[in-house]
Amino acid sequence: MKKILEDYSHIPGWGIDADPLDVPQYPIKRRTENDNKGMIWERPAQQPERVEILHSNERPTVSAVFGTPNPPSGLSGAIRRFAFRYSESMIRHWLLLLVADRVNMIGGIQDDFKKGHVPDIFSELGGKAELKYNKVGLARKVALGAAIALVAVVCIKGRQRG
Amino acid sequence: MNYRGPYRVRADKNKPLPQIEHSGDAIVKVTRSCICGSDLHLYHGMVPDTRIGTTFGHEFIGIVEEIGEDVRNLKVGDTVLVPFNIACGKCSFCEQQLFGNCHESNSEATAVGGIFGYSHTAGGFDGGQAEYVRVPYADIGPMVIPDDLDHDNAVLLTDVVPTGYQAAEMGGIKPGDTVVVFGAGPVGIMAAKSAWLFGAGRVIVIDHLEYRLEFVKNFAQCEVYNFRSLEDPVLFLKKTTDWMGADVCIDAVGCEAAGDAMQTITGRKLMLQAGSATALHWAINSVKKGGIVSIVGVYGPTGNLIPIGNVVNKGITIRANQASVKRLLPRLIEHIREGRMDPKQIITHRVPLEEVSDAYHIFSAKLDNCIKPILITPAGANL
Repeated sequence: MKKILEDYSHIPGWGIDADPLDVPQYPIKRRTENDNKGMIWERPAQQPERVEILHSNERPTVSAVFGTPNPPSGLSGAIRRFAFRYSESMIRHWLLLLVADRVNMIGGIQDDFKKGHVPDIFSELGGKAELKYNKVGLARKVALGAAIALVAVVCIKGRQRG
Repeated sequence: MNYRGPYRVRADKNKPLPQIEHSGDAIVKVTRSCICGSDLHLYHGMVPDTRIGTTFGHEFIGIVEEIGEDVRNLKVGDTVLVPFNIACGKCSFCEQQLFGNCHESNSEATAVGGIFGYSHTAGGFDGGQAEYVRVPYADIGPMVIPDDLDHDNAVLLTDVVPTGYQAAEMGGIKPGDTVVVFGAGPVGIMAAKSAWLFGAGRVIVIDHLEYRLEFVKNFAQCEVYNFRSLEDPVLFLKKTTDWMGADVCIDAVGCEAAGDAMQTITGRKLMLQAGSATALHWAINSVKKGGIVSIVGVYGPTGNLIPIGNVVNKGITIRANQASVKRLLPRLIEHIREGRMDPKQIITHRVPLEEVSDAYHIFSAKLDNCIKPILITPAGANL
């Protein structure tokens, strides 16, 4: 629906980037002389692979640069390696990676304890900000948690008696 | 910043400093770093291959601390803004200025180019919510910040401003068009602001957070509606456009949209789809026949429930991409210089880097009327 007001002077720069002849061309592929020739560009210098880098099987090799932090390791790493057997088009590729992430999370807590670091879960969850800006919400969560714990204890005791 | 699992991050003073790993690398001492709305998808554990120990952050500026032997365009001491895209400048896609689609910056997935601090699915690079960060292809992406550019505006030019602007650009807005922006987060705010630059006749923003709607109404001089007060947002938009639908709809929400219980349960709670696609669903159904839906909201790599049949039957054009920051910077800096936009107004919270866990929680839980939090590193404390 077109709606032209008489005056847009209150809006700085109104229409300054409008070009009625310019049908949106971005990000439509721009034709170049190198089209349809495959990966023929002059590749940047290759970053040395000093840690294990997993790469999508939808490309022949690793990209010229890559991130090196947190290479695959342990059980989560094994799951990630398995996931990368499948293409990005396969749902199992992504679901396996999500599973690996959750396994990795447990491993992260274990690693913290191994290093003598007791994670401050309350602070990591932003508890201080919750305390400052959302006392009521925090109280509700604590009450809900306590209620669930109470029900669980009652159920367990009930079973033990039974 | 150190990711420890869904909803858990902490400041970590023991993380090793980044090193030059490639002759085109630079090490940048970060002065300001924003938390992006898309960082929340990582924070919520929704992006596959987000490994424990990752440092997030793809919106940052800083001072060049060290350069690799092949870096020519930067020198130590330069103050630079670093686009969130990691781009080689040589591949077929960079040649077309598709800097968000570089083929030489991400080994782990071909569907997305490398992005700082955005999981191993986006290349496995650590991000800029840190004191120091490794910046690959330092001759291509980073730009020395002009003296007259405020550093708060500079850091917003690394992602949120170009993403919002490109959302409007991809909409192919013609003078007089009605543009509906779904989402009044930072990107939606900038998309609404940018829509006027392309000559929109009417700009409507839809969200459910009153404080954000109030902000965007003043910042972008647009109409705003809270979908919680509308029984059916699509029907409302049809009525308010003479039953035709909008010319352009912009999805600036992505995979954690509220507003539809089925989408929320299957997308966000059970993760049976790549997030909740409510905003995209509404965009497709609200745009008029032959209209354009522009997507800049972030979605996961699997699949989503959207009415694709309506896309076919209405002849809708869908346009989407990661913003090509480098391509857009000159024009956007000009807009800021000329006073057509002042992005820094969206910054609501300045938080020291060591309080990163609180900053994430405030942003995620929408506490204290948060729109855009910015992390200040020790190096940036006095700048």
